Amino acid sequence: MNPEELFLVELTVNGNPLSARVPARRLLSDFLRHDLRLTGTHVGCEHGVCGACTILLDGKPVRGCLIFAVSVSGSNVTTVEGLVNNDGSLGVVQRAFHESHGLQCGFCTPGFITTIHAFLKENPHPTEEEAREAIAGNLCRCTGYQNIIKSVLRAAELIDSGVRDDH
Amino acid sequence: MTTKSFGEPILRKEDPRLVSGQGRYLDDLGHEALAAAFLRSPHASARILDIDVTDALDVPGLIGIYTYEDLEGRVAEPLPLLIPHPALLNGRTGYPLANEFVRHVGEAIVMVIAEDRYIAEDVVELIKVSYDVLQPVVGIQNAKAAHNAVHPSVPNNVSAHSVKEVGDARAMIKAAPHKLSLDLFIERSACSPLEGKGVYAIWEEDSQELRLWSSTQTSTGVRAAVAAKLDLPLQKVECIAPDVGGGFGVKIMHPWPEEVLIPWAARKLNRPVKWSEDRREHFISSAHERAQEHHIEVGFDEEGRILGLDVTFFHDNGAYTPYGIIIPLITSTQLLGPYKPASYRVEFTSLFTNTVLVIPYRGAGRPQGVFAMERTVDAIAKYLRLDRTVVRERNFIQPDEMPYDLGLIFQDGRPLEYDSGNFPASMAMLKEMVGWDNFETMRSEYAAQGRKIGIGVACYVEGTGVGPYEGGFVQVETSGRINVATGLTSQGQGHQTVFAQIVADELGVPIEDVFVTTGDTRRFPYAVGTFASRAAVMSGNAIALAARQVRDKALRLAGEALECDPHDLEIVDGIVRVKGDHTKSIALKTVAVLSNPLRYAFDESAKAATQFAVGDTSKPPVPEDQEPGLEGKDYYSPMASTFANGMHAVIIEILPDTAEVKILRYVVVHDCGRVINPMIVEGQIHGGVAQGVAGALFERMAYDESGQLQNASFMDFLMPYATEIPTVEAGHLETPSPLNPLGIKGAGEAGVIPGSAVFASAIEDAEGFEIRRMPISPSELWELRRTMKENA
Repeated sequence: MNPEELFLVELTVNGNPLSARVPARRLLSDFLRHDLRLTGTHVGCEHGVCGACTILLDGKPVRGCLIFAVSVSGSNVTTVEGLVNNDGSLGVVQRAFHESHGLQCGFCTPGFITTIHAFLKENPHPTEEEAREAIAGNLCRCTGYQNIIKSVLRAAELIDSGVRDDH
Repeated sequence: MTTKSFGEPILRKEDPRLVSGQGRYLDDLGHEALAAAFLRSPHASARILDIDVTDALDVPGLIGIYTYEDLEGRVAEPLPLLIPHPALLNGRTGYPLANEFVRHVGEAIVMVIAEDRYIAEDVVELIKVSYDVLQPVVGIQNAKAAHNAVHPSVPNNVSAHSVKEVGDARAMIKAAPHKLSLDLFIERSACSPLEGKGVYAIWEEDSQELRLWSSTQTSTGVRAAVAAKLDLPLQKVECIAPDVGGGFGVKIMHPWPEEVLIPWAARKLNRPVKWSEDRREHFISSAHERAQEHHIEVGFDEEGRILGLDVTFFHDNGAYTPYGIIIPLITSTQLLGPYKPASYRVEFTSLFTNTVLVIPYRGAGRPQGVFAMERTVDAIAKYLRLDRTVVRERNFIQPDEMPYDLGLIFQDGRPLEYDSGNFPASMAMLKEMVGWDNFETMRSEYAAQGRKIGIGVACYVEGTGVGPYEGGFVQVETSGRINVATGLTSQGQGHQTVFAQIVADELGVPIEDVFVTTGDTRRFPYAVGTFASRAAVMSGNAIALAARQVRDKALRLAGEALECDPHDLEIVDGIVRVKGDHTKSIALKTVAVLSNPLRYAFDESAKAATQFAVGDTSKPPVPEDQEPGLEGKDYYSPMASTFANGMHAVIIEILPDTAEVKILRYVVVHDCGRVINPMIVEGQIHGGVAQGVAGALFERMAYDESGQLQNASFMDFLMPYATEIPTVEAGHLETPSPLNPLGIKGAGEAGVIPGSAVFASAIEDAEGFEIRRMPISPSELWELRRTMKENA
């Protein structure tokens, strides 16, 4: 058997343009985690159900475990690391999770944060029910979701009050 | 002024790291390591005839293929039976890789090591194994029937049998004015942490040392087991639990086959090796829990007081019993909850089946016991046409009867004695919060709109903080930084915060200065682990005791420096000062400098402790009974467990056409003694309730008759999303535990325990017919409705 053929992928990750050579079958989640060492993006099921690997692809939340790295050439990828403010302070959704006890073990959290970040761009003033619907594609085994919903509402409140968020 | 932090909802110290992607979970480590993948049995029961690796050998990037025949020394022996018990007459454990026979789908047969995980999985696909497929035993009924044997050497598939009696329950039932019997069943479920298991090992050839990381609930346990298996001195093995993405019980089992094989391979190959479990592997090769079948006989008087309770149950322990029979032991003892039947008999039989092994899942046998007890109490109430809460109240142990000895032996081998609790007060609070006494009005209002609702109630008592012990280490650095270490591990409980809160208060320092390390054998080598709602009780108290030692030493040294009586000193905000005279003071970090007499000044502050700067020349620099450094270490080892308790109520609506259960309100009253951090305790309750809802209405393990798990993915195993989980309304009672210095009780498992019981109670209340099996799906409930209608 021959070693795997490698393909060029050029993309922007968290604002930084980069290029790499990857096998055709390399998952975007593995590419980000193991090749770029952006380990904030986690993998909980590898079949697109749990949402832990959710990243923003040109601003839209997608499952990193269901996409091949080669297929995102030319795109903008944002991971949870990329949602930290430029001065190193927590981004608004990250801060809301901290303030609302929206996480316990923290493994699913990056997928929720990216999802909610995108959701609040679309709907900056959600009701509690809209907040619940917005996170209903991500699994969490620790929190019972109650404080994650609270985190969504808190993030909206923080944005309204003009708290710094660079992204 | 130092703000008191014990009891306050302090925000978590671990969060900024975890929300910004800076957590380090197992698979975030060792990017350069070789990867392992496993070929696992596709059959529930089979003899392995041949393993053919011919096609796999020329895959570029392959490093090694290992079967049972390749294992050496103690690695080739059966895995340990961790918790022996006299009633466990036929305990059996597996091998790290299957030795001729496989006994459940998912059992590891071949380990492949390759340059990366993709290649390792390619190789697994190319290995051909031929089997002689045998008839499997699936489910309690088949295990009981024993037409086939899981282990040929075990008669009737029985691993353990136990009978315990307090009084003569059978005679009391016979003589009782009223009797009932019930048959109950609870289906399997599983912990399902979002992060599966994982192991990463580095062998240092030069120093002959092994360092391993495992996504475990017990790094000390893994370390000891791996050292024994690899025949290494304990001193040559270190084990670290990095950030762990949830546990809920499954990660307390150790050593998992992979925890032995990965370090073994790392040493053999002299290369770092890593294995990260995928989701299907987690379903079919880790562990499940819950499946039990109960038969109950109960005798009671006109008032509903239980005179005799006789419980016979069967427990499905899966293919092996590495964790002993802790689950049925807990079920058999904790079943009684807050009640005091005049007599009690419990008999259990633990059975082998050709399915994934069974070890504790949050709640650990209690949800089944509580289901049995609460169904029984509801049945009595229905029979006597009494309010369900009235029957409960009449059977409660009263506060003035505490401590209450139930006459049984608990899971820790100690007498089952409740230390404290106020059950009538909890029930009063629950009824008030949920509006129990006004529910009939609510029911009529809904009925008027053609809607069907029901209310359920369930109570439990949970033994928490089981021994044998935990330890704590507290150290003040000369910078003022406080290092705290304890050996047990963390999987999201916020230990870095709550243990820091304890130290901040005990020592009188800002919480920002306190840094807690858990689950790292390099930092604290003596520990048991995180399970049984024990971490806060055990390590919390050990750390408090260690902090008190540090405080005593700091006051003594400061007393010498300030030339005053240590009793006249206090520590506030990291400053030791004379009470009432704040001009006489010394910073705690300066006391730390003085505590360590130095020859060499490594920085400005160290100069103060060098030999020409300090010291009474008439005494040795370190007095005879003292040690250098401002630090302390202590252990907490309780005489017995401390018992938390709680009561849940749920109001549900059942949709007429689909029999779908909608949760209108979920109310929890909870008493875990003194609360360190109410925000974190509430979070634990929320998560527990979510798993309770999951186990009652959604999750099950769908094994077919050949032992295939048909729903081994998150597509098919219905773990609830946010849309399925209610908002929990929680009320707290604080009955301090008299058993430990901080007065705390465990809170980790509480939320899940009464789940199946409270939903069964509510569904029965709404529908009017008996609910005897959980979980219950809409189609099962719809079918029950139809059969009831037909039979009526």
